[in-house]
Amino acid sequence: MYNCSDLKKGLKIIIDGEPHVIAAFDFSKPGKGQALYRCKLRNMITGALFDRTYRSGESFEPAALEERDMQYLYQDETGYVFMDSKNYEQISISEKTLGDDKYFLVDNMEVKVLMYNGMGIGVTLPNFVNLRVTHSEPWVKGDTAAGNNKPATVETGYTLQVPSFVDEGTLIQIDTRTGEYITRVKE
Amino acid sequence: MDGFNHTLAHKRRHLHQRARILQRIRAFFTNRDFLEVETPQRIPCNAPELHIDAVTCGDMVLHTSPELCMKRLLAAGYERIFQICHCWRAAERGSRHLPEFTMLEWYRRHSSYTTLMDDCQQLLIELADSRQLFWQGQPIDLTPPFERLTLKEAFVRYASLSLQHAMQQNCFEEVYTTEVEPNLGRTRPTFICDYPAAMAALARLQPDNPHLAERFELYIGGMELANAFGELCDATTQRQRFENEEQQRRASGKTPHPLPEPFLRELEHLSAAAGIALGIDRLVMLLCDSPSIDNVVAFTPEEL
Repeated sequence: MYNCSDLKKGLKIIIDGEPHVIAAFDFSKPGKGQALYRCKLRNMITGALFDRTYRSGESFEPAALEERDMQYLYQDETGYVFMDSKNYEQISISEKTLGDDKYFLVDNMEVKVLMYNGMGIGVTLPNFVNLRVTHSEPWVKGDTAAGNNKPATVETGYTLQVPSFVDEGTLIQIDTRTGEYITRVKE
Repeated sequence: MDGFNHTLAHKRRHLHQRARILQRIRAFFTNRDFLEVETPQRIPCNAPELHIDAVTCGDMVLHTSPELCMKRLLAAGYERIFQICHCWRAAERGSRHLPEFTMLEWYRRHSSYTTLMDDCQQLLIELADSRQLFWQGQPIDLTPPFERLTLKEAFVRYASLSLQHAMQQNCFEEVYTTEVEPNLGRTRPTFICDYPAAMAALARLQPDNPHLAERFELYIGGMELANAFGELCDATTQRQRFENEEQQRRASGKTPHPLPEPFLRELEHLSAAAGIALGIDRLVMLLCDSPSIDNVVAFTPEEL
């Protein structure tokens, strides 16, 4: 069990039976008063973000999470389907749980799936992914208001800013941590 | 250049400013005829407080404030004294808390605690070099007199329930830190005064209203900077308060401590005095416009 003095950003604990990660933390103590431990918590299943304040004396159950190497297979009505690379077990993660990470999944991609109670609650993607531009307006010369960038949509439906020289059909590399354009990929 | 401590190197400007602030605080008090004193940091016991825990050091503890020795000096006839020292409070760590921090305390014999408000005003203006301060994008007007607000009024103005209800419902700290504190001293420094007798600690009660203590706190930019008392000089009452506090500490499973007997013995020789403790690290945060206490000390405990 953890107690209040263990609380810090990034710590994973169980609240109301579900795993939560501390997204932000601060300690406060009004003059001569009780110490308060103020946490911004993220529910690791639903992604919901909320504030909670604890007093010293409270204790917390650590969230037992494991990471498994899996391969992304396909999307179906249950969500996004992954297969365990060791035992070939298949699991599905909902679109809502994946959040923006869904935009960076390509077939057969190797990812790490964060598991809680046999349930997939998140993925760790490779840092870079290659995706093809499916739509982008040609750059209008002289449109200096927009600088040298323009919007582009890739095959997964994700929209980002790319340099003006990137055309439809180009394969580009994207940093999955920031969601930003890195470079064109030579084919 | 592996191993080069960039974090530490980047603190250079703040550490220079900190050193200058410390020099100017010393000059401020010395020019006003205060005697700078040093008292032992390792002591047999602190003034018992339910919510403040000391760090053990061998068979003694590190002081959580130099208040007991400072008041013994007052009782022995020293008129105006100040001290800048490190204090330790176990398990206090946050963006405005360090378990080892630097405290400024000053005391005036035969003075009312409102005189300390004047000291605060003059000190702040002197250190800021102007009548204005910029803290996290917010201009703060230092023109004296600073705003004075009773604790009760502060709850009426900023909280969703009254001070009385918050205390009855055992949620004073929660309401105070989330609803009241962030609004205090936003555009000009604020003295919060008239604390209920239950929050008196080492303060005496107001002669014309014994439900209230002679205690105030100074807030600037939503941050608690200083805590002041019209010092309680009655040894019998002080002993009762200590015993009560120590009993509550034991009841909540905390390490028992002896009472500071020499302090209680000598307190009888003090008739009237006022004293104040001001957090130097937070003062430096304000004057350097730093949002975190980490940036104004060379090393945090995590960096050791």
